[in-house]
Amino acid sequence: MKERSQEPVLVVLQLSGGNDFMNTLIPYTSGDYYDARPTVAIPQEDVLPINDTLGFHPSAGPLKELYERNKMAIVQGIGYPNSNRSHFRAMDIWHTCEPHEVGTEGWVAKAVRELDPRSENVLTCVSLGKGLPRAVVSSGVPVTSVDNLEAYGVMTGIAEEERLEALEIFKHMYTPAVGAQAAMDYLGNTGLDVLKGTDMLKKAPAEYKSDVEYANNGIAKSLRDVARIHLADLGTRIFYTQHGGYDTHSRELLLHEQLMTELSGAVMDFYTDLEEHAAGDNVAILVFTEFGRRIRDNGSGTDHGSGGGAFIIGPRVKGGLYAEYPSVVPANWLNGEDLRHTIDFRGIYGTMLEQWMGVEAAPIVGGTFEQVHPFA
Amino acid sequence: MGENRLALTAHLMRRAGFGATREELETLAEREYAELVEDLVNPERFPPVDEDVLERYYGWLEGVQGKVWSGVWIYRMVNSQRPLEEKMALFWHHVFATGVSKSDHPPSSIQQIKMLRRLGLQDLRTILLELSRDPAMIFWLDNNENHAADPNENYGRELLELFSMGVGNYSETDIKMAARAFTGWTFEQPLGLYPCGFYPSRFTYREDDHDESEKTFLGESGKFDGADIIDIIVRQPATARFIARHLYNFFVADEAQVPAWGTVPPRDPEAIDTLVKAYMDTDGDMRSVMRTLLNSDFFKESQFQRVKSPVELVVGTLKLVDTNRFPDTNVMSYPTATMVMGQQLLNPPTVEGWHTGKEWIDGGTLNERVNFAVNLVADTSKPGVQAIMDRLEKDGGSLTPSEFVERCLDLTGPIEASEETRAALLRFAESGGDLDMTSSENGESTRERIVRMLQLIVASREYQFA
Repeated sequence: MKERSQEPVLVVLQLSGGNDFMNTLIPYTSGDYYDARPTVAIPQEDVLPINDTLGFHPSAGPLKELYERNKMAIVQGIGYPNSNRSHFRAMDIWHTCEPHEVGTEGWVAKAVRELDPRSENVLTCVSLGKGLPRAVVSSGVPVTSVDNLEAYGVMTGIAEEERLEALEIFKHMYTPAVGAQAAMDYLGNTGLDVLKGTDMLKKAPAEYKSDVEYANNGIAKSLRDVARIHLADLGTRIFYTQHGGYDTHSRELLLHEQLMTELSGAVMDFYTDLEEHAAGDNVAILVFTEFGRRIRDNGSGTDHGSGGGAFIIGPRVKGGLYAEYPSVVPANWLNGEDLRHTIDFRGIYGTMLEQWMGVEAAPIVGGTFEQVHPFA
Repeated sequence: MGENRLALTAHLMRRAGFGATREELETLAEREYAELVEDLVNPERFPPVDEDVLERYYGWLEGVQGKVWSGVWIYRMVNSQRPLEEKMALFWHHVFATGVSKSDHPPSSIQQIKMLRRLGLQDLRTILLELSRDPAMIFWLDNNENHAADPNENYGRELLELFSMGVGNYSETDIKMAARAFTGWTFEQPLGLYPCGFYPSRFTYREDDHDESEKTFLGESGKFDGADIIDIIVRQPATARFIARHLYNFFVADEAQVPAWGTVPPRDPEAIDTLVKAYMDTDGDMRSVMRTLLNSDFFKESQFQRVKSPVELVVGTLKLVDTNRFPDTNVMSYPTATMVMGQQLLNPPTVEGWHTGKEWIDGGTLNERVNFAVNLVADTSKPGVQAIMDRLEKDGGSLTPSEFVERCLDLTGPIEASEETRAALLRFAESGGDLDMTSSENGESTRERIVRMLQLIVASREYQFA
């Protein structure tokens, strides 16, 4: 049997909407935390402590387990200067590493260009879910966007036996012709890439066998797709996944509990799945969110804030706490209401790019930023 | 009625609007082309979309990042009897790209699009003046931070660089002067978001925050206000040329992207000259410029020279299958459809607007485009699909594979297909032999073959072009 590729693989997991970091990793001994959060706080007795001051959300048991197994690095207080509270702008900044100007090139796409400069594999980067996040978009960088692995590709609404014939016709229609205008040719090549990707990806669900039963929710489904594609060994180096719903302006306690359950369950299942197949050693997961939430609650939820947290998870990760937890003492609040970030997110991208993927970070993230050292 | 005439009418309606059903096309093609253009550039000849019906049916239009409203905008594109009015609103939305992302305030973004719809065919001076007073724009480009004592150049710069003249036609000093002239142009929020909910902001002029001093701008001097700056801008041939190039890229044929315009010459310099002249002769009257454009030979000869934008692809397909003629909740799904194809209405990625042409296409978006159209034409309950079936049936007898291909290409466009595409479609047609339209016992399989043919056609490369 052919040996599996051992090249490092990065799985990016984006928590969209702004995860409440204070209620994910809770400063459960701080009076200031409970003062600021009369309604939207996690009671001390429910917190899953990891040390004398911090503990996980009660629904994030699996994350705590990964942390205790020493496989999870928690980067506390991640952010960027001049935090903007708009989701889209904040997400743009995270996607393009351009906090001051509006950037157009995604950081992942720039990394993919380094990993596969001649665009030899249409699956070097695979994005799961609907639509492409800007992080993976840059002119000339192929990226495969999979919403539903079983139904990936064109003309998926057509019943299987007839679809093959339709795809054959599609292939003929997209074959570049002599003398065609450039845009036509480009379209032709893109169409053929899609077919190539479809063909390669077929293998993933067909060969996959696992004892792990993922839950039935979006992020679990995406991570299961990542596992299936990774296990099929198709040369994918970066996966991009998203877990939405973190914009908890109201009914936060209820919503956040569900999000934490989904997220931690999905991550654990994914981790176990790869472990079971002895295919996880070259995989690291980066979990991030575009911003944290306001320190004070609004009576039902929390509004947009700054200073979030990120997790780096994998068998070769040296677990522990990295950077500093932002101070929750009111005198230290940014603009009197927000957590002050203690490390720039571009340094965390840099960490993943240089120390894990072996790609020079500065040209991708636009400079040199303090990194952490979470790899054994 | 010649075939060319029908094809030309279809081209006109795709570009100056969002397409038309076959029936509509046949009626329109009876009339003189220039007359059709007159109707298009004079939208007030036709009744507007009934706002009351929309309000009553859709209720909370501003909600969820303006997504409901965007869906209703798509409904308007399908149904408006003033197609060029909607198309101009979309054109200016591409040029004056303002993203709701920064403000999280949909009512103001919506107000901006309504303004663009109202003024889209007026003179550029009026348009730029209202744009400069538009709260969504003011916030997007920080003119509310542009103070007499502490000017912010963002709006002044983009007004010159992206909204009127283009780089290379003014100096950094001109930018500073323009910025100073717009100090004090800001907006106010009549009611707070909490607890009143979303209300549009409104323009306000703060005299005490306006820089009254003497300014020199593009060689002219005076105690200029923003309006004076716009007066000077709209007289510049560079402005005429820049707007002409935008119009050409949007209505005629794919051009290089805006940042390259300083160095890459226009695809058709004579066409640009013609548009520049129309602009200069009429003091920037967009109605006149559009009349010239739509009547020109370079326009008539530009069939299928542009990649459809996601909005054009979605709305054009809705027109093809003749659906959503009445308010309906499923319009809400269309903004998501265009978004996954790379165009979220009300939320262009940057102030530079969406990159167009082949940049609309990548592996992900091509999947979305193809599947959207393929799934829609498979729905035989749609009147447009039904109409195609009926016409083929009415032809009677049976169609040879080649006739089958040609008739379907004709009824879905007419689409100009390459030899390769025709050959591929013929392979499919031949695999089933002649299409028997006579015996009713084959009805079901005949229908299935027609649907498959339509699916293959809308999956083609040619269908991606307008």
